[in-house]
Amino acid sequence: MATSQTIEFRDPGARAAATAAPANPAVAMQDLHGDKLVLNMGPSHPSTHGVLRILIEMDGETITKAMPDLGYLHRGDEKIAENMTYNQFIPYTDRLDYLAPLANNVAYAMAVEKLLGIHETLPLRCQYIRVICCELARISAHLLGLGAFAMDVGALTVFLHTFTEREKIYNFAEWLTGARFTTSYTRIGGVTRDLPAGWAAKVLKFCDEVLGTLDDVDRLLTRNPIFVNRTRGVGVIRRDRAIAYGITGPNLRGSGVDYDVRKANPYLCYKDFEFDIPVGSVGDCYDRYQVRQEEMRQSVRILRQAFAKLPGGYENASHEPVQVADGKIFLPPKAKVLTSMEELIHQFMLVTQGINAPVGEVYFGAENPKGELGFYINSRGGGTPHRLKIRAPSFVNLSILPEILPGHLMSDVVSILGSIDFVMGEADR
Amino acid sequence: MATALELAQKLREAFPETILVPTEFRGEITLVVQDAGRIADICLHARDTLAFDMLLDLSSVDQYGDDPRWLVVYELLGLAHGHHLRLKTAVSEEKGELPTVSGVWPTADWHEREVYDMMGIRFSGHPDLRRILMWDGYPYHPLRKDFPLAGKPTDLPEVAFTRSAPLEGGPFITVASTADSMAREPRARNPEE
Repeated sequence: MATSQTIEFRDPGARAAATAAPANPAVAMQDLHGDKLVLNMGPSHPSTHGVLRILIEMDGETITKAMPDLGYLHRGDEKIAENMTYNQFIPYTDRLDYLAPLANNVAYAMAVEKLLGIHETLPLRCQYIRVICCELARISAHLLGLGAFAMDVGALTVFLHTFTEREKIYNFAEWLTGARFTTSYTRIGGVTRDLPAGWAAKVLKFCDEVLGTLDDVDRLLTRNPIFVNRTRGVGVIRRDRAIAYGITGPNLRGSGVDYDVRKANPYLCYKDFEFDIPVGSVGDCYDRYQVRQEEMRQSVRILRQAFAKLPGGYENASHEPVQVADGKIFLPPKAKVLTSMEELIHQFMLVTQGINAPVGEVYFGAENPKGELGFYINSRGGGTPHRLKIRAPSFVNLSILPEILPGHLMSDVVSILGSIDFVMGEADR
Repeated sequence: MATALELAQKLREAFPETILVPTEFRGEITLVVQDAGRIADICLHARDTLAFDMLLDLSSVDQYGDDPRWLVVYELLGLAHGHHLRLKTAVSEEKGELPTVSGVWPTADWHEREVYDMMGIRFSGHPDLRRILMWDGYPYHPLRKDFPLAGKPTDLPEVAFTRSAPLEGGPFITVASTADSMAREPRARNPEE
């Protein structure tokens, strides 16, 4: 049945007449001076890289107040974690910092392993593979961070270069884990599978190629007057303010603090490698850009050392394990489950009840591309956490915005957001 | 160079009446603060005299069924000495309030807003204690253990909808032409003209 509705249009002539004649033009002009304009930026603004909304109060083009508004991507990950076993939560960690899922998988698995007390006795090959995953994720995340940052301040070409390289990393992730984005590669006590044949050699070839691309990016940006003018001296975070605000990762190091969890509190086998921690001096957007540039080169350095020292070699000729042998933590091989009673019981208990974790609480922080990704786990024993708190670096890094944005111009907001390099999937959880 | 345990002992000596003996689990030192009302003083002391200059994380635990119900957990880090220290304090459900540490570390501002949003614990002296992830006016605190995983139905708030921009009264009102569309936009020209 068709329905119809009458739509009323007001007479356009009358509408124009109502707005055409201001009572007194001089008074109207006076009101404009000193009047603050409140501008709503986001939640779907291209430079907010997700769904960050900032309410900006401006006097002319100068920002006088900024109020970030979060929560548009809140999914209740912490609540979800309380209602499933430790292994079941791994796919949710892919979706925290979705630009570096491999690194999130590793950080989460390490936190649970710390609770179980096995984080320092993992098989060496597993530790090396995890380091390789973390560093590949770091290069991937920084490539996107730099590309998007440069694009936001007007240099589109860089984005095309970095995305070409990033695509290769996604192909490696697909080859290794079966998925490009949602990798879910780690399990509590190891990784799902060993490196595929031929993978290591291809990644090493990629290491050479990405250095060439980084040189290109360097030539395109580092002395580019437009880029330098839009970033140098903009968004300065002083050293003491960065520490007080709990900023971590490249943003903290850009402010001149040489704090990197991989050096300060080495986890996995990071102490086996030689690498440098780049630090900035001023703490502006340009320093943060340079820190990320150099970090990628250092990641390549770590990757090369990790492949050179990899226990078992590229193809694992000596059959080094990539997971703990404890059947109460890691699922036993399927062939044994079907023939042996003990393994069958282990499999049944792990799948139905999860790993029997001890009572206690741990905090584990890993150096992720965006900063320190920490997990606080409060366990009352059994297969599910009583409370799992995710310390998301993007959430903490964004909290300094109300302090650094005022005094800048509207166009600087884009530079500052790009240089802070946040992911809302992680900030909102 | 003092170890994390020695630093924890020093902090306990400064506040012997309220801090319990440090406990260690997986190499992490935890101090339990009995009087939640002193937490800001203790944090200030830890920052100024023991060089715990960074607050890594501030979280909360709902011990549903126990009294006191809430647990607030502080993860401290000293960049100079590299040691980690955890402070824990319990807050009863009736009181539901403890002093803010956002004056000690400004990073606590957002962390405390999140705890207030998710658990409903209030922080006295906080400069701007609003919800941060859920919207203003949301009636529940979803991380409480008595809040169901599936959620509860709520009315969407006014702020979920934005009003459409006004068609009049602004500076860019156009006046409609009186000519018909053929006269305004001559797409074809008659050859005889």
